[in-house]
Amino acid sequence: MSEPEQEAIPYHTLTGEEYEKTKTLLGRSPNATELAIFSAMWSEHCSYKSSRPYLKRFPTEGEHVIHGPGENAGVVDIGDGWVAVFKIESHNHPSYIEPFQGAATGVGGILRDVFTMGARPVALLNSLRFGPLEIPKNRYLLEQVVAGIAGYGNCIGVPTVGGEIVFNETYSKNPLVNVFCLGIAKKEEIVTATASGVGNPVIYVGSKTGRDGVHGATMASAELDESTQDRHTVQVGDPFTEKRLVEACLELIHSGCLVGIQDMGAAGLTSSATEMADRGNCGIEIDLAKVPLREEKITYEEIMISESQERMLLVAEKGREAEVAAIFNKWDLDVAQIGWVTDDKYFRVKDGDQVVAEIPVNALTAEAPVYDRPVKEPAFQDMLLGLNIDGISTPKSFSKTLLTILGSPNFSSKAWVYQQYDHMIQTNTVIPPGSGVAMIRLKGTEKALAMTTDGNSVYSLLNPYFGGAIAVAEASRNLACVGAKPIGLTNCLNFGNPERPETMWAFGLTVEGIRDACTNFEIPVVSGNVSLYNETLGLGIYPTPVIGMVGLVDLMDLIKNPLTPGFKRPGEKIVLIGDTREELGGSAYLKIIHSQERGYPPNLDFKKEIGVQALVREAAHAGLLSSAHDCSEGGLAVTLAECCLLSEKHVGAKVEIAPPSFRMDGYLFGESQSRIIVTVKESHLSALKNRIEKQGLPYSILGDTGGSGLEISVQNKTHPIIHLSIDEMHASQSKGISHYFTDSTDKE
Amino acid sequence: MRFGIIVFPGSNCDHDCQYVTETLLGEPTHFIWHQETTLPEIDALIVPGGFSYGDYLRAGAIARFSPIMDAVIDFAQKGGYVLGICNGFQILTEAGLLSGALLQNRSTKFICKWTALRVESNQTDFTRAYQAKQRISLPIAHADGNYFIDREHLAELETNNQIVFRYVDDSGEPSEKSNPNGSVNNIAGICNEAGNVLGMMPHPERAADPVLGGIDGIKLFQSLQISWKQHVRA
Repeated sequence: MSEPEQEAIPYHTLTGEEYEKTKTLLGRSPNATELAIFSAMWSEHCSYKSSRPYLKRFPTEGEHVIHGPGENAGVVDIGDGWVAVFKIESHNHPSYIEPFQGAATGVGGILRDVFTMGARPVALLNSLRFGPLEIPKNRYLLEQVVAGIAGYGNCIGVPTVGGEIVFNETYSKNPLVNVFCLGIAKKEEIVTATASGVGNPVIYVGSKTGRDGVHGATMASAELDESTQDRHTVQVGDPFTEKRLVEACLELIHSGCLVGIQDMGAAGLTSSATEMADRGNCGIEIDLAKVPLREEKITYEEIMISESQERMLLVAEKGREAEVAAIFNKWDLDVAQIGWVTDDKYFRVKDGDQVVAEIPVNALTAEAPVYDRPVKEPAFQDMLLGLNIDGISTPKSFSKTLLTILGSPNFSSKAWVYQQYDHMIQTNTVIPPGSGVAMIRLKGTEKALAMTTDGNSVYSLLNPYFGGAIAVAEASRNLACVGAKPIGLTNCLNFGNPERPETMWAFGLTVEGIRDACTNFEIPVVSGNVSLYNETLGLGIYPTPVIGMVGLVDLMDLIKNPLTPGFKRPGEKIVLIGDTREELGGSAYLKIIHSQERGYPPNLDFKKEIGVQALVREAAHAGLLSSAHDCSEGGLAVTLAECCLLSEKHVGAKVEIAPPSFRMDGYLFGESQSRIIVTVKESHLSALKNRIEKQGLPYSILGDTGGSGLEISVQNKTHPIIHLSIDEMHASQSKGISHYFTDSTDKE
Repeated sequence: MRFGIIVFPGSNCDHDCQYVTETLLGEPTHFIWHQETTLPEIDALIVPGGFSYGDYLRAGAIARFSPIMDAVIDFAQKGGYVLGICNGFQILTEAGLLSGALLQNRSTKFICKWTALRVESNQTDFTRAYQAKQRISLPIAHADGNYFIDREHLAELETNNQIVFRYVDDSGEPSEKSNPNGSVNNIAGICNEAGNVLGMMPHPERAADPVLGGIDGIKLFQSLQISWKQHVRA
């Protein structure tokens, strides 16, 4: 360890104003180490200084919420003594600079957030955004990100059961990697990241500290430029160590000698120590001479803000240090007491007897700057909304149009990706990846948890309020389709530079849309993450809110025979619940076929949405439904095609529609919300109709399942407007992603 | 019948196997930590899947030197049932209990999916509950499942009926298209000459509970129960 050099202040990223504020708070000038600590804790990534005022608007409470935002992950009671613990987090910046390690350590970080709460991780999902695959760099990013997620998740033995992958030009220089993790625990096993008990030991466990990831939090709080090659700011993951860390931490939690524990994530030792002290309203003193190091000549600042992976800081009960050591020794992990809890509410860092930094804890947390950033609607917004629909020609062949959409990367099969993930380990996966919702059963209970991630950034570009609200509605609708009742959500808000008023305009509206949807649907926000500065060379991403939602299924019939989108058998009735309007604005059809991202996105009527979802959920519980599929992106034709393609028995459909009062492409490919396509046995049809009519919901009987293809015709017209065999559709849909990669031996 | 499951640091299918033997089959099951040097009283041993030692160096290469391995080899040599699944198969080849080696998949990628297999021999203690040449479906989940063995030893395996499972296509034939990882002669699982040690890349424990969409794997564990009962009676 060397003395910090006086003249160079390498880890200082505060503004002049912020620097003055540190002087006021300390009553003196900060030294280099203190500056590094302030810079990390006051970074956007750690302090949420641009977004905090907005995030307070989310409804975070609910009957079953045990811990909401503010802890490492949200905790929701699911009954019979069990809790679900979940969170989504971004790892966008590192994944652009070093995609394999960036994505891998994203998985590692979210896993630690969940198991530090005392929960065993049981499922991972990831929501990914890339630029078009025609560009080699994007292929490289996709391949490496997927390999990174697989390399970490597969090794640690947590199944990656779902998520989404979306391609759009806006992500070419700013790919998004949002990772979601769900854990389960017995209610009494939940621990929090709180330090308490003056004199209790503060113990460091896990890997040794090196220089990797130094500056990570501040890097994630700035725009990137073309020359960004700060690979040392990206951490390196070691899933084998993490696997041992999971087992050791869970063993420690069961031992009862733990007081509090937190992952050393962004801003490492600094944030874990100060946040734990802050929650416990106490102080923490640590001695850097005792921190396990893997590099020589590492400076104080580097130790304090290193983001070396697979490390935890914990507070144990005094007198039980040996028990803690024994557990970590068994798993061959470093363990060292580096300090203790104090009552003076200071974060004090020493090197032996010498004080290196001494800062009031609340100066780093509550006193961190908050910015009320200026807000302005973009000048181009009106232009974006102006869609001249009459200038859009109707395709000559809707069959060809449908094939083109199915073959586009956004709609094509994602098997090339999810077959690289172990999605079956732990033997709980009841609904595997591929259908928009994943479901895992909980052994020893009569419960299952369904999960999904959703977000449509084209909607958010056109109308950030509806983009946010629809993301919540769609996630909840996906859960309704498997009969699950939403218990909570976690969100990841990916935006550009908050110093641009246009970014904060969209951010504020997105939060409002999510808030209104959550309030109406009565779904609490229990955790989340904000990722700003997703800009490279001044070009920001479209506003991209991603919703991760969890739903509970507590009926064994729906676990043993889960409701899935694929048609089950021929001769069943296909029913569309909800109604279709001419809503082509922001649609995938406009984008893929006409290269336009324009118009008003579809409207969302909360009352109707709630009605449709409740109806499908209740009909599922009553055993009336054979299949259910959310009808949204891609519209009616794409949804019907997916029901055929996801049919295990390759069951097709014959649909006859009344001539719509508006454009046929709007009917087939418009994206009206609050629609679900279900199938029922003929004998259940009247029971379903009764339920729908009782609720006063719009519906239509579209036709029958059967045959080996999809045939859509208009009443009184001889020739079908869409007529495709399942084989043709499959051929198109299966290659949308995999044909960009030559290595694949497995292109089914 | 008592099962033992070896736990290396990085094993991650240990609990999945225990769920099958203990919860589904009702047989007492013990976890055995890799640093032990003796085995408890057991009748069958499972070396489970996972990433022992992170698969660093080479899959199974470090686990093979774990303290427990001498006892495992001894148990196998005395005729005890040893089942190596996935990483367990890799470890058993590294330990010399089974011949051949597992190389990286031909695609160079991890592959997780259901595969069709043919039970090549239902005359082993691990497969007697299956029909002869039965076509079954089991999941695979591996990056290094490409079974390799030289021509001379391959001929021995074929002659001695040591090839227990092969990847096959819809018609039940081992074809190039149905080979997910490049394995020689579509080999998915083999046993030793004595027939008491089986290694396989597919995961029978993932196809044992009807709620997971397939139950072709449970028969492998049931075969062991049947074989053990016959053995005890004899």
